[in-house]
Amino acid sequence: MKRKDTTVMDRRSFFKVSAIAGGGVMFTLPFASDLLAQGRGGAPPPPPNPNNFIKVALDGTVTIVAKNPETGQGVRNMLPMMIADELDVDWKNVKLEQADFDDTKYTAQSSGGSTATPNAWTPMRQAGAAGRAMFVTAAAQKWGVPEAELTTGGGKVNHASSKRTATYGELAAAVAKLPAPDLSRIKLKDASEYKIIGKKHSAYDIKQIVTGVPIFGVDVTLPNMLHACFEKCGVFGGKVKKANLDEIKKLPGVKHAFIVERPLVTDAVIPGEPGLENGIAIVAETWWHANSARKKLVVEWDEGPNANDSSVGYQAKAEALGKANPQRTLRNDGDADAALKSAAKVVEASYSYPFIAHAPLEPQNCTAMFNNGKLEMWGNSQQPGRGRKLVSDTLGVAESDISLHMVRAGGGFGRRLTNDYMVEAAWIAKQVPGIPVKLIWSREDDMRHDYYRPGGWQNLKAGIDASGKIVGWKNHFLSYGDGETFASSAAMGPTEFPQRFIPNYTLQSSVQRLGIRTGALRAPSSNAFAFVIQSFIDELAHAAGKDPAQFRLDLLASGAPLPAPPAAGGGRGGFAPPGLNAERMIGAMKLAMEKSGWGKKKYPAGTAQGIAFHFSHMGYFAEVAEVTVVGTKVKLNKVWVAGDIGSQIINPSGAENLVHGGVIDGMSELMMQEITVEKGKVVQGNYNTHGMVRMNQAPPVIETHFVKSTFSPTGLGEPSLPPILPAIANAIFTASGKRLRQLPLSKSGMSWA
Amino acid sequence: MAFKLNVNGHTTSVDVPPDMPLLWVLRDVLNLKAAKFGCGMAQCGACTVHVAGVPVRSCVTPISSVGTKAVTTLEGLSPTGNHPLQQAWETVDVPQCGYCQAGQIMSAAALLAKTPKPTDKDIDTAMSGNLCRCGTYLRIREAIHKAADMGPNAAAKPAQTAGQD
Repeated sequence: MKRKDTTVMDRRSFFKVSAIAGGGVMFTLPFASDLLAQGRGGAPPPPPNPNNFIKVALDGTVTIVAKNPETGQGVRNMLPMMIADELDVDWKNVKLEQADFDDTKYTAQSSGGSTATPNAWTPMRQAGAAGRAMFVTAAAQKWGVPEAELTTGGGKVNHASSKRTATYGELAAAVAKLPAPDLSRIKLKDASEYKIIGKKHSAYDIKQIVTGVPIFGVDVTLPNMLHACFEKCGVFGGKVKKANLDEIKKLPGVKHAFIVERPLVTDAVIPGEPGLENGIAIVAETWWHANSARKKLVVEWDEGPNANDSSVGYQAKAEALGKANPQRTLRNDGDADAALKSAAKVVEASYSYPFIAHAPLEPQNCTAMFNNGKLEMWGNSQQPGRGRKLVSDTLGVAESDISLHMVRAGGGFGRRLTNDYMVEAAWIAKQVPGIPVKLIWSREDDMRHDYYRPGGWQNLKAGIDASGKIVGWKNHFLSYGDGETFASSAAMGPTEFPQRFIPNYTLQSSVQRLGIRTGALRAPSSNAFAFVIQSFIDELAHAAGKDPAQFRLDLLASGAPLPAPPAAGGGRGGFAPPGLNAERMIGAMKLAMEKSGWGKKKYPAGTAQGIAFHFSHMGYFAEVAEVTVVGTKVKLNKVWVAGDIGSQIINPSGAENLVHGGVIDGMSELMMQEITVEKGKVVQGNYNTHGMVRMNQAPPVIETHFVKSTFSPTGLGEPSLPPILPAIANAIFTASGKRLRQLPLSKSGMSWA
Repeated sequence: MAFKLNVNGHTTSVDVPPDMPLLWVLRDVLNLKAAKFGCGMAQCGACTVHVAGVPVRSCVTPISSVGTKAVTTLEGLSPTGNHPLQQAWETVDVPQCGYCQAGQIMSAAALLAKTPKPTDKDIDTAMSGNLCRCGTYLRIREAIHKAADMGPNAAAKPAQTAGQD
């Protein structure tokens, strides 16, 4: 497609211009680290690799490359919207092109941690603005007029006094010959000048979605393609001893059957990415043929060392650990023991939360073809780069010999951060050179071979003084891990709230070993911790005889100043988020209180509001839930969400949708989801046993409000979720007197009305 | 085994095992990919299509039970893709990931065919077999009401080009 680059590189700016097919220009820009500027921590900035492309054809068609994986979070609209606004073109004339995974052209091609917005906010707008500047320069030279006399809009440059106008298409050939502008002299728009950013835009792919055009990973279809399924041991790490493959191969439609033994991987195992599991792959004419044959499998498994794991065992161990001295002290400010001794009142409570599964609606799948030593893959990973590396390391195919097309994902929620299904598809494809193979997991495969949100327990003790102020806080955090290493996503950081807001704060931990995998699920750790901490704070407010909202505002106002960002490489592999800015959270709290009429409504018995806040992924969210409790049935009547994610909501339509999703996802986690383990195997296999909120349980109204602060915009995939769990639980307490400390609430007999 | 089918107004023949679910015949044999695989046991509704006008979960509908009854998938809901529900879905910007939406629209279409002006309760009853993992239920409700307000003849009007503006 693209002609060989005829690049003019300006070393000062890294800005580059090249010709594209059919004439026109293509822009690329470096990734600029906006995160440092936000005090996100001392992680080194990514290398200045080009990460963005704009193409303007001679006919004026503007094509913008969407570089990140789309999993439903709306990034495919959002990043191009930033470019298009600064470029000053009409959104309706923009065509989007999905990038392949290509780390020679783009950086940060991943979807996770609500990072796309903060990562992209500056470089994407700079790309658009730099492009606009070049069209202005080209027009000024063409007409012999000063650039200052030119304006742009709708993909055109205008000279008012001479009434001349040129479209970007007409100027594209001239732009291709221009030197790149100095980025430091590029002026970005003031927010008041935005025409695309801040306006509601439906998903670019919506027509395809509502008419059933095949755009998802599971829809990939290629000539002569075969279909595969993959049987794994119910116990993680189990291996095939023997299986009746000779019989399986004779079944209708079956083309191949293989025992997969995990090849020895030397130094390349990626942390948090265990990769290929042992098992049996069946390849057939259709997925139904493959899966029908699978049901006839007779396998003798070597279940390995994890076959004795059980939820009952985890619980017993946690109880023993809770009674023993904590294994580690993660944080110790002041003297919590002394503070508790002298406190007017001491409140003690134990909370727990289970493993839960991601269960995105589109089951894991991937399509791969191996030909002449090269792999071509179609996948919907949230971290395609890690997936490609895993495939390369496992199969011994150089990364440069693996091409990876990024296909729309039917949900991610963190499950597609890991790439086990991708390496399985690649392994199978390598056995049948020249034939494309599509691997699809069943729902049961997905639910029983997940990277689960880790369960855990927190034994809390806090003291309040005579004025109702919290003076001491102790948490014995019980989790999974080995020695000083927590299992993936099973850690609590030493600055977890309310650290810094209580003078005497002690956080201690103990861990036990685990034979199932854990990983990040939407708002990792926060999705469980917010429930515990914000419920316990509610208990303290009631013990102090204070209004739960005012109690929180007082607590937020009592904090020590925000410390400087941690040193480079601190925490989470260099991902060191800044601490909670109390003023921003107070702003979100006050907005939630105002919009919900907090404390001003008179409700009948059994109906009440509850409130909670949580800071995660750089987002500040306070939420109020109104519930009616009749016996064990809970009806969520209404939710008010107030969030501060910075100065600009990029796409208000997508933003509101994500907040709805956060609330409804949180309702499922709160009430109905639990993964349990027996004899090393996950019990639940489908949505009938690991449920989700349905239409009739969803509240009629979720009001979404944003505080427009002066901070740079941050992401919204995650931070709206965590506060809804405690907001509802706190409302249930006020409505019914039931303080529920164990997730899911169904374990206490509760259910959605 | 050979089966004669009537899918989206076309007669076609397939040679598949009799227990093969309609979903996999549609997806892997007829290459109609709108209906989606989500659970395989009628829990999520992503595979919903109409058989003789009735919404069914095609993942648990053996092909041998279909006969020559009219099968309608999302691809066949409207020849130009501008059924009132499709227009409303675009205007309201319902989807997040979009994976469940084919099933949602087919369940909603069956509802509107029987109940042209549904209440919230009608919608809750008709739509509770369709899971949305992203949680777009409020927008689905809104879009169904919007489509109902447009009336059955709205499909004749050109679809709005949401997503482009």
